[in-house]
Amino acid sequence: MISSKSSFSFLWRNDKILGRVLWASACLSTALLILIAMFLVKESWPVLTSIGITRFITDAGWYPLEKLFGLAPMLGATVIVSTLAVLIAAPLGIASAIFCSFIAPRRIAQAYRSLIALLAGIPSVAYGLWGLTVLVPLIGQFQPPGASLLAASLILSLMILPTIALTTDAAISTVPKSYLQGATALGLTREATIIKVILPAARASIGAGILLAAARALGETMAVLMVAGNVVQFPTSLFDPMRTLTANMALEMAYATGDHRASLFVSGLMLTAIVMALATLAWRLSGGRVHG
Amino acid sequence: MKLEFVSYDECKRADSNIRQLAQPTHEVALAAKGITITYSGARALRDVTLSIARNEITALIGPSGCGKTSFLSSLNRMTDLIPGCKVTGHVYHDGINIHEPKTDVQELRCHIGMIFQKPNPFPLSIRRNLEMPLKEHGLTNAAQRYERIEHALTEVGLWSEVKDRLDQPALALSGGQQQRLCIARALALEPSILLMDEPCSALDPISSAVVEDLIIRLREKYTVVVVTHNLGQAKRIADSVALFWFQDGCGYLVEHTPTDAIFNAAQNAITKAYISGARG
Repeated sequence: MISSKSSFSFLWRNDKILGRVLWASACLSTALLILIAMFLVKESWPVLTSIGITRFITDAGWYPLEKLFGLAPMLGATVIVSTLAVLIAAPLGIASAIFCSFIAPRRIAQAYRSLIALLAGIPSVAYGLWGLTVLVPLIGQFQPPGASLLAASLILSLMILPTIALTTDAAISTVPKSYLQGATALGLTREATIIKVILPAARASIGAGILLAAARALGETMAVLMVAGNVVQFPTSLFDPMRTLTANMALEMAYATGDHRASLFVSGLMLTAIVMALATLAWRLSGGRVHG
Repeated sequence: MKLEFVSYDECKRADSNIRQLAQPTHEVALAAKGITITYSGARALRDVTLSIARNEITALIGPSGCGKTSFLSSLNRMTDLIPGCKVTGHVYHDGINIHEPKTDVQELRCHIGMIFQKPNPFPLSIRRNLEMPLKEHGLTNAAQRYERIEHALTEVGLWSEVKDRLDQPALALSGGQQQRLCIARALALEPSILLMDEPCSALDPISSAVVEDLIIRLREKYTVVVVTHNLGQAKRIADSVALFWFQDGCGYLVEHTPTDAIFNAAQNAITKAYISGARG
């Protein structure tokens, strides 16, 4: 925090010092990232060398104490639950951004934006708690046990909806007004203008926002853990309980030792790699404008 | 909302009929009566009454901020797009009052196209830029659409330049080509009137000359209303000139006379001063 103007004003007088401070902070954040990655690799290294990466996918099940390290069901569950969440949240998020930018009166749009931003700020455990006490029993009435892929996808979609809504809203606002004018002057209806001109013009940034939301969904732990049922299995129906990689780490890290512990780090490494790939893709899609 | 699309031959016949009629009679294409425009209660233009002759180029000139562009936008209700903008008065076109609430603005804007200062092709391919509005207006036959696209691009002299790269992005074209593409996009909807808001001012001198020549050619088939800050351009292309001025922050029409009269024998003191470069 800048406590008083005078104590920091030398920074602006002396460009060199400012430059060094900024260099130092940039190096620090990069170093932290590299250190975390190195730590993950170091901790998972023993099991990666002794067992090999392929067995994490090919092993018949997850019984680490019996030396079976199959992460495939949990990896599959993670990808499926995230994909479903994105499929639910993306249309809703885009629709809400369109409502905000084109349909709602200015005041309502502003209030609505703040509401969405607020939604983004709710801690994930609160979503989990709501899911556990309301959504899970509700689904359980139709198809017991209730804690399921469906519950997890719905909670996740609610959590990533604000990200998609806000990034889409920002993407739409960067579309030049001249496109709107041009479309109107060609006698296009509002619907045609939005669908045929505005959304295509903003599609790269919208796609980047969706990928970022997907990355968040992949990494989300607490809320999913609370509503997913946590049975290690490849979900075959919407009502199957399942366990994600993140939930697995959170559940077992407290007591895991040796190869078991190291294999949890392997799942961490996998998740990091997927999320990084998504973030890079998002960054490239948006031409380097979106901050992950 | 669906538009009636007529065949080319019918159009051509109608066009030649119009041309025969237009020359001697100076038929009125657009008649604005008592147009007053306010932005959030503040008057920007007061009481403009102006008749626009068919198959002529009418230039709107005057200093910045005197309401020329606002007036132009009111002619096809593009003013609807501006929050807080209110237009009173009437604009008649083909016997309909444009500012009637029940007027179908989508159809109206097909008849009265608009070209903007900065070329604004959509970030789509050249073909899609022309095709998409046609589709939206209900032209479902692909062959007919292609014919329209070719015809419109030929009219603006762009066909030979782009016919081999119709599927390339429109934004890769040069500024002058982009502006001609925008004109072609409006022409593809077969309008009778084109409104142009300083169509050359964002272009380099050579592109500007090309577009200017195009506007002169358009007169044969279309009625053109063009806002320009370039007096030389008004003199070169316009059949008649309307001079706007402002007083107490509000624009008004000084006079509307044939181009010859305004440049060679101006009577009004403001006109004389503006034409000679003493004011504005």
